[in-house]
Amino acid sequence: MPPSSLLLALPLILPLLASGVLLCVRNLPESRRHAASILTCLLIVISAALLLARVSAEEILVLEVGSWPAPFGIVLVADLLSAIMLLVSAVIGLAVAVYAAGHGTARFRGYFPPVFLLLLLGVNGSFLTGDLFNLYVWFEVMLMASFVLVALPGGRLQLEAGVKYLTLNFIASTFFLVGLGVLYGMTGTLNMADLAVKFRMTEDMNLVASSAVLFLIAFGIKAGIFPFYFWLPSSYHVTPTPVAAVFAGLLTKVGVYACLRIFTLVYGNYQDLIGSILLPLGILTMVTGVFGAASQFFIPRILSFHIISQIGYMIVGIALFTEGALTATIFYIVHHILVKTNLFLVGGMISRKLDTQALDNTGGLYRTAPWLACLFLIPALSLGGIPPLSGFFAKFSLIREGVATGGWVFVFFASAVGLLTLYSMVKIWNEAFWKDLPDRWHPPHRRVPLTMAAPSCALALCTILIGVFPASLHDLAARAAAQIKDPDLYISRVLGTKTETTGTP
Amino acid sequence: MENLLPIVIGLLFGCGCYLVMRRNIVRVLLGIMLFGQAANLVIFTSAGLTPGEPPIIPAGETTITGDHADPLPQALVLTAIVIGFAVLAFALALVLRAYEKTGSDDLDTFRNSEN
Repeated sequence: MPPSSLLLALPLILPLLASGVLLCVRNLPESRRHAASILTCLLIVISAALLLARVSAEEILVLEVGSWPAPFGIVLVADLLSAIMLLVSAVIGLAVAVYAAGHGTARFRGYFPPVFLLLLLGVNGSFLTGDLFNLYVWFEVMLMASFVLVALPGGRLQLEAGVKYLTLNFIASTFFLVGLGVLYGMTGTLNMADLAVKFRMTEDMNLVASSAVLFLIAFGIKAGIFPFYFWLPSSYHVTPTPVAAVFAGLLTKVGVYACLRIFTLVYGNYQDLIGSILLPLGILTMVTGVFGAASQFFIPRILSFHIISQIGYMIVGIALFTEGALTATIFYIVHHILVKTNLFLVGGMISRKLDTQALDNTGGLYRTAPWLACLFLIPALSLGGIPPLSGFFAKFSLIREGVATGGWVFVFFASAVGLLTLYSMVKIWNEAFWKDLPDRWHPPHRRVPLTMAAPSCALALCTILIGVFPASLHDLAARAAAQIKDPDLYISRVLGTKTETTGTP
Repeated sequence: MENLLPIVIGLLFGCGCYLVMRRNIVRVLLGIMLFGQAANLVIFTSAGLTPGEPPIIPAGETTITGDHADPLPQALVLTAIVIGFAVLAFALALVLRAYEKTGSDDLDTFRNSEN
């Protein structure tokens, strides 16, 4: 097997092996378990970085699992979009693995590493697969792990949230399966590249539209798009901080990634239809999400509603469907994953300091923990879109694209939602850091261990670096967007039909 | 069969919808289970029903001859059944624990995580 193909399999093999070993070895001390999971995450980061470098040089890598040729067998495909997503999610995985080492009850800490690695396995698999049914299977791997993580602390709130989360996501999976059935009946294949070829010839718009809407509902529930997001703010905030952080950063973005992949590759020829559905949904998602955030007074709930409103921006980016808009969307996803995870981590440190995350009872942190204030400000201002942080460039390029395509409704709402986002960040700032601590509340003011602070610092550094050097990420995103906008290369690589357009062999 | 199966699928989805709307959490789970079965039948039906030979290449030949069933949807449905079974098993355990903690199987009492 050539080493480039092995590189494709590594992000799947590493977490699978490590979590399998961790589940089998029962008597391992907790610190060793965490060390193992951190080491595995580090290896995933390295392999993802190598993969990105390789993909950046060689365009698209394909691994035919079991050596069956493409439309019949299962393929793993890495183009630039997959490689970027893999690297970012690996970085988040490493940050959260370090953070989790010092967090929560003993029961939670003991079971967290193996289940967390399984979650990363599902996420990585979703990014790499080139086959729709396999995407369903990876979704289920990811969901099973996430169900366990939600319910793991075993309190009443977590169990209630787990039931809701499981029910909604299982219904989403049903929609996905029905969509798969319709597609298979239509085309006789589920390989994405093969589907893209077959879809260019199909005349049957009814079937195209019905399967597209089924997928939209399935991914919409997972991504938290407008009418389907209500499970998200009612289940994320009761989970322990590391779980909430990794969910916030990665799980909804897997839904967005699936939208981005399928609606550009498979349904690329029907962009008018898809765009006309996605654009209003995206705008409604933005607006309802940010109003939800503005009305809340509990830090994780504010942040959960923010996820929704930011998802709206990405969906609008997909709906606009120009190369610039897709570039902005990819940039936005990367920025958002880093920033949102970091905000949840900071929320966890506030709760460590003050024993609460309800804004009524917080206060005075600016005086008692100025470094924490600094750590909060960087992702918060970035989320609000203040230059020169990463969020500014993400929002700016998306809005510029809106102006260029004449989507004035979107430009208006995007600006307004940006202001409201900033308002709710200022609310957290005022209540938790600026005002005095209320007299009735006597928090323990525990020390925050280094394992909790360090990942947050690292993520903040990433945000600043993107803000200082936006051009390098923007160029990478632009190349990824060019690849998904024009999927001929992807198709020819996967199906093995060498065309003249392919550069390096 | 091709006319009967869509009716069955519709019935399953209808019953599933009815059950999912209930307040009793076990019924909601049963409804979800019916959804899963209906989705499996959709894949099975939409791929086309071919009453004929099993897709086995006879000894001495290199390709399949004559009318044969498509094996892929069956593999897909089989995978989906296994995954659905796993999720359902986990869901039942979760619901049992939630019932022990809250002392109720009524979804209206599951409001604490909302605020």
